[in-house]
Amino acid sequence: MAEEFEPKIIAFLCKWCSSAGSDLAGVSRMKYPPNVVPITVMCSGSVSPLYIFNAFQKGADGVLVSGCHPGDCHYIKGNFYARRRIALVKELIEYIGLEPQRFKMSWVSAAEGKKYTKIIQDFVQELKPLGPQKKLRREK
Amino acid sequence: MKKRTGVFVCHCGINIAGTVDVKNVAEELMKHSDVTHSEDYVYMCSDPGQKLIENSIKEHNLDSVVVACCSPNLHETTFRNCAKAGGINEFQCEIANIREQCSWVHKDKLKATEKAIKITRSTVEHVVKNKSLEPISIPVTRRGLVIGGGIAGIQAALDMANSGYEVILVEKSPSIGGHMIQLSETFPTLDCSQCILTPKMVDVSKHPKIKLLTYSEVQEITGYVGNFKAKILKKPTYVDPDKCTLCDKCVDVCPIVVPNEFDIGLTGRKAIYIPFPQAIPATYTLDIVNCPGLLPIACGKCIDVCEPGAIDYDMKPEIIEEEIGSIVLATGYDLYDKENMKEYGYGKYADVLDGLQFERLLSASGPTMGEVLRPSDHKVPKEVVFIQCVGSRDPELHCAYCSKICCMYTAKHAMLYKHHVPDGQAYIFYIDIRSGGKDYEEFVQRAKEEDGVVYLRGKVSKIFEENGKITVWGADTLAGKDIEINADMVVLATAMRPTKGAEEFAKKLKVSLDKDGFLSEAHPKLRPVESVTSGLFFAGAAQAPKDIPEAVAQASGAAAKAIIILSQDHLFHSPIVAEVSLNLCTGCGMCVDVCPYDALSLKDNKAEVNEVLCEGCGTCSATCLRAAIEVKNITPGQIYEMIDASVGG
Repeated sequence: MAEEFEPKIIAFLCKWCSSAGSDLAGVSRMKYPPNVVPITVMCSGSVSPLYIFNAFQKGADGVLVSGCHPGDCHYIKGNFYARRRIALVKELIEYIGLEPQRFKMSWVSAAEGKKYTKIIQDFVQELKPLGPQKKLRREK
Repeated sequence: MKKRTGVFVCHCGINIAGTVDVKNVAEELMKHSDVTHSEDYVYMCSDPGQKLIENSIKEHNLDSVVVACCSPNLHETTFRNCAKAGGINEFQCEIANIREQCSWVHKDKLKATEKAIKITRSTVEHVVKNKSLEPISIPVTRRGLVIGGGIAGIQAALDMANSGYEVILVEKSPSIGGHMIQLSETFPTLDCSQCILTPKMVDVSKHPKIKLLTYSEVQEITGYVGNFKAKILKKPTYVDPDKCTLCDKCVDVCPIVVPNEFDIGLTGRKAIYIPFPQAIPATYTLDIVNCPGLLPIACGKCIDVCEPGAIDYDMKPEIIEEEIGSIVLATGYDLYDKENMKEYGYGKYADVLDGLQFERLLSASGPTMGEVLRPSDHKVPKEVVFIQCVGSRDPELHCAYCSKICCMYTAKHAMLYKHHVPDGQAYIFYIDIRSGGKDYEEFVQRAKEEDGVVYLRGKVSKIFEENGKITVWGADTLAGKDIEINADMVVLATAMRPTKGAEEFAKKLKVSLDKDGFLSEAHPKLRPVESVTSGLFFAGAAQAPKDIPEAVAQASGAAAKAIIILSQDHLFHSPIVAEVSLNLCTGCGMCVDVCPYDALSLKDNKAEVNEVLCEGCGTCSATCLRAAIEVKNITPGQIYEMIDASVGG
């Protein structure tokens, strides 16, 4: 049997909530698959759509953007901008024919290690049947 | 130019090394063209570990450092200090989190090692493009502003002034004193409220460091920590306090009578009035809303009798601008609006009072000179029903929260009533008795045992007037029966609400409020007097219902926090802030619109960053269509390289 496909996921986590939530998952010794590599940014509002598409071009099979819950942003309202921008990114992803399941936005607070774990577990399971993402991938 | 980066991989005992092959991580990283030196060590944060980094920087002539270890929340500062000790800029040190986000959440050693390599490589990509930065230094205006002149504001202002700093105290009504000055006696010691508060009020008025602005409102706060600018509107009182001799002749001749706010409508006052005899400042205020006109033709009686010529109809509103370094907000509370409590007949029956009105009836300087009399017929009430939790702890209809002070002041009311009317009977309807506090429980027991107050556990269903009596229907849930009391007076312990207008005021100051409209503190446990806006602190009931000792303690806490800022010549701000490429910026202004901190503006058709206001969130950077603005040391260029390293082969 061929080796099972392991999707590569890039997760943009805001420093204050989601990265701290993912730290909590670690502190609580929760387990999730190692397919995800986190990149901590200051705020989900700083995640430009270009970051997301750059990750797909580099060969990511899935991209997650995670920020503080709406209304709880460390930077007052950065995640509201993220939410609006991400809604457009989702439409664009569908428009260009990429599977919409490959992109996710979530709200994970510093207290939600469990939620972060579940998101990663589910995301990996959802990506597995899709196989490698080749549509946007640029060969090096 | 290539950098000379050092990579230091921590075992954290077995916390990392148990799941990640740390030697392999160090070896793999050595292959990176920017990495000059790479090694692993059992506890990098220990003294020898830190020394190892410090020495390696010198030995290998490193210009940047990546420490692969636990979360940056734990040891970023440790290792940045260590880099500094090694002789490089602290911002040339970044942390690769391979514990919380890797070794602790995975089991497969091979895959965890692969991931740790990606995270560390990505961090190397981050650090190689980092610039050396210095914290931004901000000069401090060493003067404070206190908004609200109740007990909390008075305490905060006095503490700050006694520490040697100038303080501006702004109060919207004509006198300081707040609600505390309306109270009769205070629980649990029954000190006379005016006796303990008026000396403090006088201290405020006499303090050489305190500038008192009464009948004034803060209209606008601009600027930032250490450098705020306040615009304060001083409303005209039409009386010059320096000339006024307090002869009271103007009050005698004034033909207008309106409800007296200080007695909560139990008495009247004239259009020209002094709020209460011990008011600070001790002078009259002409209430322009109720005065028939400032033209001598319309009335002018007061100006005619004023011998010292203290009344001046030409007095104009004044805008006062002040520069300050830190601010204490102590805007206080109001009682729940009686419009909301129609079911208890409040506002409909003269003998149904709220807690503050009853305080005035008990007060020796009150409308009845301390005799408890019914407002309707001035008879001594022989049966009085007190009802707790009126509007509080009622999530369906009113406020969900507990107003905290009502259990205690109702016990005090019943006790004081019994002291005034020994042959009278006091009943208290309650849900629970919450008497946590020094000597509080003993106080409630004293009301029950020594003063024979009858406590009835249950709610009141209806209040109505019948034959000159106030009939109260309620339940005694402990005895399991209905209760009907034909009372002479009913006193409602209505909920505490944030002061009226607090919402609009908070918007002006960009302070967030909680779901009930109280000021929202930066952290409910560890930062209870701070707002999220740096340099802005909270005191008193504006933040949550609280009693006098708590308000005073919080005020001293807020004052201490405000003094921390005022005591420094300069404050330091993180240099991780936005930066504009002037040749790329087209001046479209989109970044200015999205900035949550008003840190961006357009100058000469280019975006300009106020580095002190900027918190480095990067929302501007994601919005800019031309990549003309980016946050230092976390630029899109860095992120793209990090993505590359994170996706890996």
